[in-house]
Amino acid sequence: MSLEVEIAFTLNGRAVSAAVPATASALTVLRERFDLAGAKLVCGEGECGACTIIVDGLSRNSCLMPAVDLAGRTVRTVEGLWGERGLDPVQQAFVDTGAVQCGYCTAGMVMQIRHALDRNPAAGEAELRRAIEGNVCRCTGYAKVIEAALAAGQRMRGGGAP
Amino acid sequence: MNKVIPKHSFVGTRAVKLDAPDKATGRTRYINDLVLPRMLYAKIRRSERVHARILRVDTAKAKALPGVVAVITAADTPEIAIGVLKDNPPLKRDRVRTIRDEIAAVAAESEAICDEALRLIEVEYEDLPTVFDCTEALQPGAPVIHANRPDNIAMAHQFDHGDVAAAEAASDFVVEGAYNVHYVTHCNLGVSCCVADVDVEGRVTLYSQTQYPFIMKMDIAPSLGVHPGDLRVIQPPVGGAFGSKLDVYPYEPICVLLAQKTRRPVKLVFSREEEFVASPTRQPVEFRIRAGMKRDGTLTFRDVDTLLNNGGYTSWGATTPFVTMRTISSHYRVPHVRYRARAIYTNNPYAGSFRGYGNVQATWAVETHMDKMAEVAGLDPIAFRLKNANEPGDVTPQGARLANIDLKGCLRIAAEKSDFLRKWAAYRAGRAAPGRIKRGIGIAASLHNAGGAKIHKSDGCGTILKLDDYARATVITGGSEIGQGLDTVIAQLVADELGLALRDITVVMNDTATGPWDVGVHASRSTYIAGNSARRAARKARAMILDEAAKQANVGVAQLDLRAGFVVQADNGVAIVAIDKLLRQMHFAGEDAKLVMVTDYYEPPSENEDKNHVGDMSAAYSHAAHVAEIAVDTRTGEIKVETIWSVQDVGRIVNRNGIEGQIEGGIAMGLGYALSEELVIERGRVRNPSFRDYHVMTAPEMPKIDMTFLETGDAEGPAGAKGIAELPTIVIAPAVGNALYNATGVRIDHPPLAAEKVARAIWERAQRSTRAAP
Repeated sequence: MSLEVEIAFTLNGRAVSAAVPATASALTVLRERFDLAGAKLVCGEGECGACTIIVDGLSRNSCLMPAVDLAGRTVRTVEGLWGERGLDPVQQAFVDTGAVQCGYCTAGMVMQIRHALDRNPAAGEAELRRAIEGNVCRCTGYAKVIEAALAAGQRMRGGGAP
Repeated sequence: MNKVIPKHSFVGTRAVKLDAPDKATGRTRYINDLVLPRMLYAKIRRSERVHARILRVDTAKAKALPGVVAVITAADTPEIAIGVLKDNPPLKRDRVRTIRDEIAAVAAESEAICDEALRLIEVEYEDLPTVFDCTEALQPGAPVIHANRPDNIAMAHQFDHGDVAAAEAASDFVVEGAYNVHYVTHCNLGVSCCVADVDVEGRVTLYSQTQYPFIMKMDIAPSLGVHPGDLRVIQPPVGGAFGSKLDVYPYEPICVLLAQKTRRPVKLVFSREEEFVASPTRQPVEFRIRAGMKRDGTLTFRDVDTLLNNGGYTSWGATTPFVTMRTISSHYRVPHVRYRARAIYTNNPYAGSFRGYGNVQATWAVETHMDKMAEVAGLDPIAFRLKNANEPGDVTPQGARLANIDLKGCLRIAAEKSDFLRKWAAYRAGRAAPGRIKRGIGIAASLHNAGGAKIHKSDGCGTILKLDDYARATVITGGSEIGQGLDTVIAQLVADELGLALRDITVVMNDTATGPWDVGVHASRSTYIAGNSARRAARKARAMILDEAAKQANVGVAQLDLRAGFVVQADNGVAIVAIDKLLRQMHFAGEDAKLVMVTDYYEPPSENEDKNHVGDMSAAYSHAAHVAEIAVDTRTGEIKVETIWSVQDVGRIVNRNGIEGQIEGGIAMGLGYALSEELVIERGRVRNPSFRDYHVMTAPEMPKIDMTFLETGDAEGPAGAKGIAELPTIVIAPAVGNALYNATGVRIDHPPLAAEKVARAIWERAQRSTRAAP
């Protein structure tokens, strides 16, 4: 068995700790130790974005990130966006616009867009398209994903539903 | 005064997909996320050779590895093959024919132990002569892939209509062309996966990504030694399918065989590399077309010969000619037709079904060829297509009754909205002008079945519908949800009949133990067939409710309607009684109790093809036309698709969000086919098995899409709807190819229009014209 390392970090607003294999990816630990199955293993080499999470305010491919690097960080996953105040504006916009088909890319898309809008709530279409350049979707052709992102940005800026 | 409830319809609205909230919050558990108690993991040891005799397989070291529970080879398993021609044993005994061939499989406590065990399996091979090209495989003396087919012809199809020779003699022009369409693959984000669980009676529960759960039982059972009735297929949510799961592939029986042997649940998941190498591809085809016309551009005949690289085994790819044939014979008016298709065994991986089936390939060839013919005839691309377009009422050479179609409308609207003719003339004139960036515009159209496809004895689907004491409806459908949105379409259709809200409808599906029979998700059929069945069931329930209400109110049924949870007066919407209250009265009525529980089985009015391939095999047909406007960098060959105008006859929109999503997604898939996607197979080996080297469309590369829906209102379809999902993928690629020609004068007959290929073709054309200059 490989060496295990004890790590503590903040996961979706709560302090957590776990002993994780030194070689495990953040994705594996989130899925298998914390039962957060929203982020997906799709390519395992950072080419598709389906495993995107937000770590200390930056979007990361969790499949490439060693789990031990989570130590001391603040981590958000798609599960953590749905809170007492309801769905996150990005999640709500995905639901409303029809940006979800098979949904396998959705967790990664939602996190990537949330990250882009956190940095710039006024991001326009071109900027948002670039933001999800590394997120592959085989169902939607990205049109409704971008529509959702623009609607979410408007809502986050206080513009209400477009 | 009772409240007044206006009439409301969910059909035609932007309905929220029923499972979208769970998917957007990470609550959905997909098949790839599934964990059962005491579950083992499984992996497959595949061939390292493309064609070889297996001399020895030694699994002793793998079996001895701690954590390994079972290792199986062909020696441990019944030798019963699967696939369309039953030529594909799940585990190969004495010979491998492709690089993806399965030799052994391991079940162990973890995937890591499986990987280690696979490395410990020793296989000794003796290489055999190889063949990868169709024409070479047809030569006398070519390596024989399957002894029972010494000519290497796996399947052959032929269709003849009229007198092609006489038509050719009467033609003013005959245009010839050759089009080779390439290997692409589905790239489902959820890799191939199944979980098998066997109970003490030997009954099997298979958690599967299959798109045809009911027929699958019959297809897979013999290879497992179980009765099809002892097999339950459950389809958890999947990460895409797009046709890839319309056959049984070896990993599924292998997984069940391991569960039978270990008496524990077994999960088998592909790696991404394995997904590229060992899941089916789209069928590659070599087309040779000869087509004739009169001086005025009226088509006289089509004579088409195709070779399909079948690979080492036969899956649904070999049957794509059934669909290709329809496009060849029936897309535009073609009075005389000859079509021949042969699927040839080689040592390549093999093709399955893929969204658009043989029509993606056929439409590339036919619509590229139509563009060439228009130029020969001296007509513009629109006028030439309009001249030959089918009209409502046409019966095609294969017997398709095109009752309710609007190809001319699709073409005219696409041309008008895109300002096609003006741009087309201007861009053509601009070819010779200086400047590195050239612009072009192109059009293509196609015909597809839009009311199912009767390829089995039945093309039907069943529904069980019940209402509870609270006026909540449960709809149990045989249809499957795989991300395409059938769940929501069914809820909309049922809600409208029963006067309920979408959230009052629970759709239960994806389990053969509960659902009534259905053919499966293919042929753009689910909205039409499963939707019709659900709607008919809802109408039966509606009739029961209205009968009771009419009796109580002492009025005629026709005077009543169901709206927003109430029985109302049809003429003014005044509420009479809440539906839930009425249902409770019907329920708690002693010996007269009536529960609203109904069933329906819908069989569409379509026909099987006869032995000559004639038959009206779909209950509806429809067309789409796409215009692509592009900019080409003539130095790098890069094509930027700027705008697409999509015009499609959809019968009627059911879910506006869903239909737009299908068309946008279909266009993205079709653009990948046109521009960037190619599974590179060299001497039987896949050279680019990753998303780094196999490029699917990304968000910044997608053009603006302008969609027009022609709502022709199909008389048979549910609320007038037709099937819509495949046409967008089918039509777009030749529109881009035709735009490239318009921009540069360069024709690329063999997709994809990758930058290097385009740049080379432009350079070669420039060289030719320089040399030709005096």
